[in-house]
Amino acid sequence: MDNVELLSRIQFAFTIAFHYIYPPLSIGLGVCLVIMEGQYLRTKNKVYEELTRFWIRIFALIFGIGVATGIVMEFEFGTNWATYSRYVGDIFGSALAAEGIFAFAMESAFLGILVFGWNRVSPPVHFLATVLVALGSIFSALWIVIANSWQQTPAGYRIEGTGMQARAIVTDFWAMVFNPSSVERYSHVLIGALLAGSFLVLSVSAWYILKQKHVVHAQAAFRIGLWVAAISALGQLFTGHQSAEVVTKYQPAKLAAMEGHFEASAPADMYLVGWVDAKTQTTTGLKIPGGLSFLVHQDFKKPIPGLNSIKPENRPTAVNFVFQTYHLMVGIGMTLIGLTLFSLVMLYRKRLFQTRWLMGVFVGAVLLPQIANQVGWYTAEVGRQPWVVYGLLRTSDALSQAVRAEHVLTSLILFTLVYMMLFALFLYLLNKKIQHGPDIQTTSQEPGLDSSSRMNPILH
Amino acid sequence: MDTVLGLDLPTWWFLLIGALISGYGILDGFDLGAGALHLFFRKEQSRRIALNAIGPVWDGNEVWLVIGAGALFAAFPLVYGTILSVFYLPFMLFLFAIIFRAISIEFRSKEEMRWWRTMWDISYSVSSITISLLLGLILGNLIQGLPLNARHEFVGRLSDFFNPYAGLISITVLSLFMMHGAMYLIMKTEDRLYAKLTIIANNTSKFFILCFMATSLATLIYVPHMTAIFKAYPQLFILPIAAVLIVLNIRRSIEKRQYRRGFISSAVTTALLLILFAMGLYPNLVLSNVDPNGHISIYEAASSDGSLRTMLLFAAIGMPLVATYTVFMFWTFRGKVKLDEHTSY
Repeated sequence: MDNVELLSRIQFAFTIAFHYIYPPLSIGLGVCLVIMEGQYLRTKNKVYEELTRFWIRIFALIFGIGVATGIVMEFEFGTNWATYSRYVGDIFGSALAAEGIFAFAMESAFLGILVFGWNRVSPPVHFLATVLVALGSIFSALWIVIANSWQQTPAGYRIEGTGMQARAIVTDFWAMVFNPSSVERYSHVLIGALLAGSFLVLSVSAWYILKQKHVVHAQAAFRIGLWVAAISALGQLFTGHQSAEVVTKYQPAKLAAMEGHFEASAPADMYLVGWVDAKTQTTTGLKIPGGLSFLVHQDFKKPIPGLNSIKPENRPTAVNFVFQTYHLMVGIGMTLIGLTLFSLVMLYRKRLFQTRWLMGVFVGAVLLPQIANQVGWYTAEVGRQPWVVYGLLRTSDALSQAVRAEHVLTSLILFTLVYMMLFALFLYLLNKKIQHGPDIQTTSQEPGLDSSSRMNPILH
Repeated sequence: MDTVLGLDLPTWWFLLIGALISGYGILDGFDLGAGALHLFFRKEQSRRIALNAIGPVWDGNEVWLVIGAGALFAAFPLVYGTILSVFYLPFMLFLFAIIFRAISIEFRSKEEMRWWRTMWDISYSVSSITISLLLGLILGNLIQGLPLNARHEFVGRLSDFFNPYAGLISITVLSLFMMHGAMYLIMKTEDRLYAKLTIIANNTSKFFILCFMATSLATLIYVPHMTAIFKAYPQLFILPIAAVLIVLNIRRSIEKRQYRRGFISSAVTTALLLILFAMGLYPNLVLSNVDPNGHISIYEAASSDGSLRTMLLFAAIGMPLVATYTVFMFWTFRGKVKLDEHTSY
C-alpha cells in the first residue's frame, strides 16, 4: 500500500466517521420532532410546543455540522478518488445528484422555516415544514445508502472499457436502485438513525428528570423517545438479520471475517465474544458451535465457506477488526432491546421516572447507538476490502493520479485539527442548550402529562 | 446519439450544470458578498442584522453547490475527478473555508463575550473572502486551460495556478460578490446601516467595473481561445454587448437608488459572464494548455446516455421543486430584518 492510498483511506475513514455522528441524529430527532409537533397541533398543549421549539434548536445545531462535514464527503470522491469517481460516476453520481435535488434541497430550505419561521407561517405550515425536513433527511439517507449498497452488491450495470479506462454503466436503473442489498441495508441504517436520535432525546430528558428540571416536559419527551427507541430496537433485530442474510449470500468473505471463520469448508461457529488471531488462523472465545451454520442453513453441521476458500488477494486483511466491530454492534443492539423493553414495563407500572439508576443509565446510553452505528459501518466497509466496488474495483486502483502524498498529509492534518475543534464546539454548544433547557411559559401541569398518568402521548 | 428536443444529452447536461453553477453564483454570491463586507459594519447590532438578513437562506443557497457538484459527478465523472484532484489543495482550502463559515454563522451569537463574537466575525468574513477568491482562482485557471497531457493527466505544478490572470479573476469574483451582497443587504436593512450600505454599494460597484474592464481586456489579449467563437459566429457578439450594458445598468440603478433593479442586474451579470465562459469552452469542459488532445470534451466525459436520460427526467421533476422551495423561502422571509426574540443570530 503506497502512502497516497494509506493517507487517502485514513482521511476518508476519519471524515466519514466524523460526519456520521450527525446525520443519524438528524434523522432520528426529525422523527421525534414530527411526533412532538404533531402532538402539539392535536392537543394544543403548550408543553409540546415548547418541547418542539427546544429540540428544533438542537436539531439546527446538529444539522449545521452535518451539512458542513457532508459537503466534504461529496468533494472527497473527486479530490482523492478520481479513478473511482470516473468508474462509478454513471451510478454513484446519479444517486448523489438525486440526493441533492430531491432530499437535501428540501431539508435545507424548510429548515429555515423550522428555525426562523415560528411567527412567519401558521402552525400547520410550520408542522408541514417539520415533516418535510424529516422526510428530506430520510430520503437523503435513502440515496446515499443505495449508492453504497451498489458498491457492496453491484447490479443493473455493465462494464465498458478496460484497464484504467473501464467504467460501470447503468443498464437497468431500477435493478441498480433495488440492488440485492439496498432495501435491507437501508432499513438497517434508518433504524440505527432512529435509535441515535431517540436516545439523544432520552438522555437529555433523563438528565432533566434526575435534576428535577423541566420535569413535565422531560417526561413527555421521554415517553416519545422511549416508544421510538423500543420499536426501533426491536425492528433492528429483524433488519439486522436480513442484512446478515444478504452478506451471507453475496459477500462470503465478509461473513467469514465477521465470525472469524477460516476453514475453507466446515461448519461455522457463532461467537458471543472472542478474539481472532489471523496469523495462526484461530478464533477463540465464547461460542455456539455450528451456530452460524444453523443461522444460515438451519443445520448445525452444514459447512460455510471460510476465508481460506477465497483467494488471498481478495480477502479482507483486518479480520479481527471486522470480528470485533461486528460483535460490538450486535452486543449493543441486544442491550438496547433489553433496556427499552424493561423501561416500557417500568413505564406501565408507573415506576420508570422514580427509578433513579435507570434514568442514570439513559443519560449515558446516548453513546450506545452512536457506537453501534459507527462500528456497524466499520464492519460493512472494512469487511468489503480489498474492494471499493465489490468484486469489480480494488480500493488501491481507485485513487486520484494527480494527488501527491504530501498534499493528502497536509489536508489530513488540517482535517484532524479542524474536526477536533468542531467537535469540542459542538459539545460545548450542545451542553449550553441543554443547560438552558426549553423556554417554559406554561405554569400549571397539564393533565395527562404528570408522572401519575397512565395516558401515553403516542398511543391514545 | 440520443437527442432530446433536438439537443444531444451531453449538451443538455452542459447547459444544466451551467445553470446550476449560475444559480449558485447568484444565490451564494450575495451571502458570500455579505460575509466579505461583514467587518465593515462596526456596531454589534449592524452585524447581527447583516447575519440575520442571510440567516434563513444561506444554507439553501449552498444547496446549489451540492447539487451542481453532484450533477457534474453524475453527468461528467471524468471531469469531476480531474478538476477536483488537479485542484486538490485549493479545493481542500475551499472545504475548510466552507466549514469555518458555517460554524462562524452558527456559533457567533451563542455567547455574549466580545472576544468570542469578534473572533467569529473575523472567521466568517475571512472564510467568505477565501471562498470567493478560490472560486475565482479555479475559474481563472479553467479559462486559461490546465496542463493536461493527451491522456488527461496533470503534468503541471501547484504553483502554476497562482498566475496574474487567475489573480485578476479572483479579485473580479470577489468584487462582484461584494457589490451583489451590498445590494442584497440594502434591501434587508433600514436607517444608518442602510445609508452605510448605499455608500458601500456605490464603491464596490465602481471597483467591480474596473475589474470587469481589466478582465475583459486581459481575456482578449491573453486568452484568445475564449473569444474565438465570436469570430466564427459574429452574431453572438450580442452577448458581450449585453454584458456591458447590464454592468452599466448596475451603476445606473445604484445612482438612481433602485437597488432591487441593481441586484437583479448583478445577478444577470453573474449568469452572463458564466455563459460567456461556457461558450468559450463548448463542446469542451476542460481545456488543456499544453496539448490540444488533452482537452476533455463533453462527449468523452459524459456518462452513458441511459444515465443522462434518467437524470434529465430527475432534473425536470426536481429543478422546479427546488426553484419552488427557493422562492417560497425568499417570500416567507421578505422585507426588512427586525431584531426581536425570534431572531437567532
